[in-house]
Amino acid sequence: MGKDVVADLKRDYISKLLAKGARADGRQLDELRPLTIETNFIGSAEGSARVTLGETQVVVGVKLILGAPFPDTPNTGVLTTNAELIPMASDTFESGPPDQESIEVARVIDRGIREGHAVDMTKLCIEPGKEVWIMFVDVHVLDYDGNLFDAANIAANAAFKTAIVPAKRAGKGEDYPLPVLHQPISITVVKIDGKILLDPTHDEERVADARLTVATIETGNLCAMQKGLAGAFTLEEVSKVVDMSKRIGAEIRSKL
Amino acid sequence: MGGAPTDLKLIDENGLRIDGRRPDEMRPLKIEAGVLKRADGSAYVEWGLNKVMAAVYGPRECHPRHLQNPDRALVQCRYNMASFSVDDRKRPGPDRRSHEISKITSEALTHVVFTEYFPRTSIDVYIEVLQANAGTRCAGLTAASVALADAGVPMRDLVASCAAGKVADTMVLDLGKEEDNFGQADIPVGYVPRAGEIVLLQMDGDLTNEEFDKGLHMAVEACKKVYEIQRDALRRRYTAKGAATETAMPSETDVRKEAV
Amino acid sequence: MPTSDSKENTREIVVPGDLLAISSKRSGPGTYSEGGKIFASQLGIKTVRPDSISVVPLAGRYVPVTGDLVVGKIIDVGASNWLVDINSPYPSPLHVNEVPWRVEFGETRKFMQVGDIVLLKIVAVDELKRISVSMQDHGLRKLTGGMVIEVSPSKVPRVIGKNGSMIQMLKNETACRIYVGQNGRIWIDGELDNIVRAVQAIKMIEDEAHNLGLTEKVKEFLEKNSNKGA
Repeated sequence: MGKDVVADLKRDYISKLLAKGARADGRQLDELRPLTIETNFIGSAEGSARVTLGETQVVVGVKLILGAPFPDTPNTGVLTTNAELIPMASDTFESGPPDQESIEVARVIDRGIREGHAVDMTKLCIEPGKEVWIMFVDVHVLDYDGNLFDAANIAANAAFKTAIVPAKRAGKGEDYPLPVLHQPISITVVKIDGKILLDPTHDEERVADARLTVATIETGNLCAMQKGLAGAFTLEEVSKVVDMSKRIGAEIRSKL
Repeated sequence: MGGAPTDLKLIDENGLRIDGRRPDEMRPLKIEAGVLKRADGSAYVEWGLNKVMAAVYGPRECHPRHLQNPDRALVQCRYNMASFSVDDRKRPGPDRRSHEISKITSEALTHVVFTEYFPRTSIDVYIEVLQANAGTRCAGLTAASVALADAGVPMRDLVASCAAGKVADTMVLDLGKEEDNFGQADIPVGYVPRAGEIVLLQMDGDLTNEEFDKGLHMAVEACKKVYEIQRDALRRRYTAKGAATETAMPSETDVRKEAV
Repeated sequence: MPTSDSKENTREIVVPGDLLAISSKRSGPGTYSEGGKIFASQLGIKTVRPDSISVVPLAGRYVPVTGDLVVGKIIDVGASNWLVDINSPYPSPLHVNEVPWRVEFGETRKFMQVGDIVLLKIVAVDELKRISVSMQDHGLRKLTGGMVIEVSPSKVPRVIGKNGSMIQMLKNETACRIYVGQNGRIWIDGELDNIVRAVQAIKMIEDEAHNLGLTEKVKEFLEKNSNKGA
């Protein structure tokens, strides 16, 4: 299911345009698509955001539930990230348990949040070794036109910003805002015909040789990276993307 | 369905419900058609505190292939609740309740779609509950009907859906979450207004015949109101600001055979 | 709600289930009749003609009709036919007898392969929606080069325009060869920059198909962008 019947011609078209430094939607190679962020979209979630990046639309919900900590980290809350690539969003998504795509997306977003210390997990401890808050970050894709990594990452950051820990309902004191420490922002590029394109559309992803996602925090330090697809990057290209990530990351952060 | 905690007044001295509604009053309902880009048709519904998205793909090749019907299209519906849609996070993936709702929703929609026009294909309907507050199957079916029409799937009519129930010994319309949890009966109804047909009907709880009749009638009357909101959403999709119902599409015979 | 059919089409948007008329006229596409009444079956524009009432749909997958010109893509090659995707849920076989060349059994791959884009005509659709296509007619052939985009089939009339006015304007302003298939696939060939403009113009038509004054608006857009490159 979900073969794009005219993909070959599109590949040709995208290549020809790239040879002139242009993209099918008229963007520059290092330009983001229009971005909208709506927070507190879901009342039943402790934190939420709806993000549109071009025609990609995702909703991220943050839920906090009481639970036991991991034995090796008795003083910190637990973070779990999940991504649902539901068939509603694209005819290239299938029903059923998460496939490799959705698992990779979830883990990469998780890595950015975790290693970037988006949330101070030590402040989510109720009783060391016994009870902590389990923070679920659920990514729900509604409409898919490429670059789920960044759309979901932005939505997660936006959701954290306005999330409330529901201590009262759990009988653990007063509600308090989710303790946000950093804002790890990722940018994703694809490589087509030796050129680097930021924020790929679905068409661009389908003809890309390689993909790279790089996440940075406010200080400019890197916190997560993931290379995808079967092609390769040169050292120079990786360096270029890292620089881009700091610059564009700051731009995105200012919109949160 | 159980007794309410003693301090919860589902109906007060003035006959008003916990959210201030009268027994025969529906929660506010808003519908937008054509909200997604990839799907062939889509609709977004906000009903009280419910937020539901529906999308339609098809008619298209039927998957799984062994379910293909040589004479008609299959209407395959998948109802799903997002994990963050409820207060206690729900594990992702379908559970027995979503399978049941998927089935009865498919059946309701199959009744109105001209499935015989598209043998061997599947019309896939996806319903995602993003925020739940009781009545999600009704909101889902309501949204799905609009999404099907938005996708250009030929249908006899839309299906409108609403539930009635019993709360504190009173028949009421469109249960909210507390009413659903602590009420005495729930009757979701799916209705085809033009033909006056009931295509979805469930009931659970404790009702006399009279109570059920009253509830069913309340639900059907509400479905007629829901229907008008559905139709309005579809028409609004194509009316440019100020252009009312006029559009500039050339008529069919002008251009059918021209291609080059 | 139902308008009398004495006036030429008022472009009323109707919704499935809407009563269009109480009439003995034929119920055309997008409608169905029951008990002497004609109802809409699709979301679209009510269209009244002397002998029938129909609805021009505003959305919907492509439904193949005999006589239609379509842009297809070869998705499989057999010994005596090719299987063509015509953007409908029903792939169509193109038999060796229906092409302008003499093809020996088993030699099909020499003429066309998977991925080739073709301009075809629909010659038959049976009750089970089995479709036959042909390349044997003036102008039909394999299309090489260029670019294919897809629009909703319901927007095709708008891309062609009344008496072909829109498509002619597009061709003039972009100096491109353009074939518009009834199945929503459009093949465009020309200089790259012009193809880009044509694609943008067609996307604009698709987004604003229901607005008035569109031909002028698109023409303006193309004129404004004609100095970029080329």
